[in-house]
Amino acid sequence: MKEEIIISGFGGQGVLSMGKILAYAGLMEGKEVSWMPAYGPEQRGGTANVTVIISDDKISSPILSSYDTAILLNQPSLDKFQPKVKAGGALIYDSFGIIDKPTRPDIDSYCITAMSTAAEMKMMKTFNMMVLGGFLKIHPIVSIESVMKALKKTLPERHWPLLPMNEQAILKGMEIIHHQ
Amino acid sequence: MAQEREVLLMKGNEAIAHAAIRCGCDGYFGYPITPQSEVLETLAELKPWETTGMVVVQAESEVASINMLYGGGGTGKRVMTSSSSPGVALMQEGIAYMAGAEVPGLIVNVQRGGPGLGTIQPSQSDYYQATRGGGNGDYHVIVLAPNSVQEMADFVDLGFELAFRYRNPAMILSDGVIGQMMEKVVLPPQKPRRTDEEIYAECPWASNGHGLKTRGPQVITSLELDPAVMEQRNLHLQAKYKQVEENEVRFESTGCEDAEYAIVAFGSASRIAQKAIETLRNNGTKVGLFRPITLWPFPKKAIHDLAQRVKGILVVEINAGMMVYDVENAAEHCVPIRQFGRLGGIVPDPDEIVEAMEQLKQVCCK
Repeated sequence: MKEEIIISGFGGQGVLSMGKILAYAGLMEGKEVSWMPAYGPEQRGGTANVTVIISDDKISSPILSSYDTAILLNQPSLDKFQPKVKAGGALIYDSFGIIDKPTRPDIDSYCITAMSTAAEMKMMKTFNMMVLGGFLKIHPIVSIESVMKALKKTLPERHWPLLPMNEQAILKGMEIIHHQ
Repeated sequence: MAQEREVLLMKGNEAIAHAAIRCGCDGYFGYPITPQSEVLETLAELKPWETTGMVVVQAESEVASINMLYGGGGTGKRVMTSSSSPGVALMQEGIAYMAGAEVPGLIVNVQRGGPGLGTIQPSQSDYYQATRGGGNGDYHVIVLAPNSVQEMADFVDLGFELAFRYRNPAMILSDGVIGQMMEKVVLPPQKPRRTDEEIYAECPWASNGHGLKTRGPQVITSLELDPAVMEQRNLHLQAKYKQVEENEVRFESTGCEDAEYAIVAFGSASRIAQKAIETLRNNGTKVGLFRPITLWPFPKKAIHDLAQRVKGILVVEINAGMMVYDVENAAEHCVPIRQFGRLGGIVPDPDEIVEAMEQLKQVCCK
């Protein structure tokens, strides 16, 4: 098993931490993992992306030319990374930030309405976990249990009361992702 | 303890900080700069002054940091600093003083794009700064180039060992890729800081007040106004550098046995090149990877031998062409050699390296 993923969006959307949780979950399952961020000097509003690789074998490059899955959360990210999804790969996007939808016929595109759902449920801070849930629905490369363990490992103890809300978000994300 | 050998997930910069504490570092002096600020941040979080007694100081500048290193190293303590390219540029005078006065110390450079303030994104364009020295005089710094988070952790202790064995500054030359990426790491076991008695025994040259009454003060200086004495001191340094070149060359050769072509790359570029080689081998081109681990001393003989066996060499480095001159010098121009790199904070992707190799093949087939 080897999954090469790019997650890209605006700074502040939780792109880097989503990737971090995914990488930690891979670590929990004894897999090889790499997490390579790319971002500008600003913490919010700039572009941010992270390449996450989860593999049974040793990982060579943390930087890739093409991806099995692209999780794209704004228009510039979709424009940049749609051409870099491998043929037969998957593209996940949130319809909220994207006007020009994916067009490639040789990949599987999925729409997730995480931004609007998170807003309706007043759970904006778990937006990224909703998207992660959607991804795990279509590519269950790590278990929800591992993700929850990863969250517990990475969140400071004072935030542990928020763990159930994050689990709820992951499960909700699995419901709101649809093949385009 | 089993707890200590746990497989962890962390950034290269964080691994440097953890490793420093665990290998008995006495003091860290640094000033924040992207993309290496996590070194100082992690040390501040871990508060080693409460456990091992290691001192952590945020200095007022990089110039202050390197001079604190000079002072700490002069007393025989294991001291380190870290910065990124423009900050390490500021340190060059201090590094030359340390080399001249034979003061050990560890400098970590997590490179970013230049010149000048440049960019915060990764680069390998301080190869000259590290291996040729930005400071004055005939000197060398021992330069280690890690290509994984694991090596970031492992090279801290190795850097200190080499620095003290040869009484010379050592450098870990990393970059924004290895510093910022997270991957699995097993940290070195915790070892105690050396006691004063151990330092007196290991570093009789150190200026720390020991033996003041019996043998007088130890003077640590790079200054000598008598040229005859200064020439002797330089000859001593050169003899020492020759020993380092004979004993401390480190490299890794992967898949070079059956290779028709070789890629020579260090640090993060070697990881990206490895991925390109997977593609090239799948397409039927036998390519091997040669990775210098010490950039000084440079693995000259091994590259000379490699050049006799392959049709061509591609040097991949994230700069406009620096290590390629060392490779050409080692290979003595017996095979076509080309360089590929991206500049200004752009990191090449594997497909670009595949393309550069295809171009080299065309040159070699002519």
